[in-house]
Amino acid sequence: MLSQLLFLVILGTASFFFAKRISVIRRNILSGIDWDGSDRKAERWKTMARVALGQGKMTARPVAGIMHIIIYVGFVLINIEMLEIVIDGLFGTHRVFAFLGDFYNFLIASFEWLAAGVIFACVVFFIRRNGMALARLTSKDLQGWPSLDANIILVAEVILMFAFLSMNAADGIAQSRGLDHYTIAGSFPVSSFLMPLYAGLTDAGVIAVERGMWWAHIIGVLSFLVYVPYSKHFHIMLAFPNTYFSNLKAPAAMDNMAAVTKEVQLMMDPSADPFAAAPADEVPSKFGAKDAPDLTWKQLMEAYTCTECGRCTSECPANQTGKLLSPRKIMMSTRDRIEEIGAAREANGGEWKPDGKSLLGDWITEEELWACTSCQACVQACPINISPMGIILDMRRSLIMEDSKSPESITSMFNNIENNGAPWAFPAGDRGNWTKEV
Amino acid sequence: MAELTADGKTPDVLFWVGCAGSFDDRAKRITKAIARILNASETSFAVLGQEESCTGDPAKRAGNEFLYQMQAAQNIATLNGYGIKRIITGCPHCFNILKNEYPELGGNYEVLHHTQFIRELIETGKLKMSDGAPFKGKRITFHDPCYLGRGNGEYLAPREVIQKLDAELLEMRRCKQNAMCCGAGGAQMFKEAENGDSEVNHERTQEALENKPEVIATGCPFCNTMITDGVKNANKETEVEVKDIAELIAEAADLLDTPAS
Repeated sequence: MLSQLLFLVILGTASFFFAKRISVIRRNILSGIDWDGSDRKAERWKTMARVALGQGKMTARPVAGIMHIIIYVGFVLINIEMLEIVIDGLFGTHRVFAFLGDFYNFLIASFEWLAAGVIFACVVFFIRRNGMALARLTSKDLQGWPSLDANIILVAEVILMFAFLSMNAADGIAQSRGLDHYTIAGSFPVSSFLMPLYAGLTDAGVIAVERGMWWAHIIGVLSFLVYVPYSKHFHIMLAFPNTYFSNLKAPAAMDNMAAVTKEVQLMMDPSADPFAAAPADEVPSKFGAKDAPDLTWKQLMEAYTCTECGRCTSECPANQTGKLLSPRKIMMSTRDRIEEIGAAREANGGEWKPDGKSLLGDWITEEELWACTSCQACVQACPINISPMGIILDMRRSLIMEDSKSPESITSMFNNIENNGAPWAFPAGDRGNWTKEV
Repeated sequence: MAELTADGKTPDVLFWVGCAGSFDDRAKRITKAIARILNASETSFAVLGQEESCTGDPAKRAGNEFLYQMQAAQNIATLNGYGIKRIITGCPHCFNILKNEYPELGGNYEVLHHTQFIRELIETGKLKMSDGAPFKGKRITFHDPCYLGRGNGEYLAPREVIQKLDAELLEMRRCKQNAMCCGAGGAQMFKEAENGDSEVNHERTQEALENKPEVIATGCPFCNTMITDGVKNANKETEVEVKDIAELIAEAADLLDTPAS
């Protein structure tokens, strides 16, 4: 009874902190500007099924892709076992689904194979991150917390899977000794290799290992639940809405700013009243994105979804040629900044007091923005359809339309287009000269 | 275009030449090749001439949405004024913006990249390759322009057209959706590159040269400039030619020395 109560308290506490963190993230994301993703629902579900559920873009890099799929499938399926653990924990039962008989044995056996696969994949990932000089996993983007965060999760997963397998091993021994409560259930193809570790223990010792590992597993999983929304690993949840809200237009297409369309129409339409006040909701406070809340909520969600794998950066031609730009860092900076703003807002009773800083300038430099060739390689590379390029181009809009800051040659290009309708200083009258040579 | 309209005629297609194609000496050769192909296939076409103005692509990608939309409004007024329905262009940046970004502003046209239109001409028998087959067995590698390939999903048309040359088409290590940029997009063409340890066009050209091609085929005037520079940088300009697919086709169809129109 006492253990059931303790279980309830732990489960309740973890759920509380998880829910609290989710509401903070939700509020931070929704502090972005409007973006309408309510169209083309069937296509959106299909994209989510293919890209997130089906891991459709992961295997572009076969080693990382296949390992990731093992962890993903393991994670999703082994969590079915969590349902049993929660019921057992709350009601004091033991292996409550054992009545499923052979099917139960099949499930437990599959979980064990998956657990072994997850341990294998995590070890490979750990070696890739720490033992091999893979550029995208050792770049300066990841120094400090991001790198630690990645390793914490890999180690935690191995510990969780080890606890799960040890629990089964001890359970198997207890069953073979005919101990009370340990009904014959489950099949232990992997954990049977761990049984010799615990076979020398007394009955009480075996029970202690089984219970200890049961608690370690569930407490580990619940700690993971609380930790994940503070970590890059939050992609395990946000990958689904993020791919649902994928850009469905051609990757090269850039949106037209509606506020500008209005201005241009006013300039072109002689009958328009230039003094008519525009409705308040149609006037944007700013053009383009200077700070994180100037981005759309979708872009802010992308920042929380990014798991810092760095495929974008490793495909970026600017980064490949040693320029400062790293699309991954664009996403990481965006998340850091919106987190900071969210925390400051919370500390100030929900009101945002400008702190004199902005995403553009204090986190992301002009040099990074101007290095982008808008080639969309980062968008193509992202396994969950994040667009660092979208943020880069929105920040260029702020640079030009708010601050009039551009490299001199870009200013000349603008002037040429304005004066003679071409980005170079050729007279418009010469546009047809080539026809005389055909 | 104005002259045709004055005569009460409407062409089947409008050839959108683009700024590079109109002013850049190297790109003008591509423009002329396209025009000769259109003439030889007896396509009824027109150009806007002085009435064409920059689509606004470099301005927009550099962040100047106002300038882009001013350009778009002006061009859409011109195109709609002439009742244009179908546009072909030799520039993937013009292609993308006319196809994807003008419709919302009131400019709705069927927009084709020149390789798509050339494929159509060959398939319908309107354009024939000469028997000379100057590219027979030649090693040709194709560099996908970002705004045609990855950006608009068109990988097939340029390749199918190259195959008509009876040449050996060699794919680069990174091609189609994984192709590396030439370095000119997003208004980079009009500025110096940021500091780094190499140039994007040099890297991309190296990848092309790995195939030991005799010709590097392009489908974009900016890619053409960038890769040509890359080939010069690698001191290979005597061994490797950089040519637009339109130029290859014009040569294979024996159109280069027959002044038309």
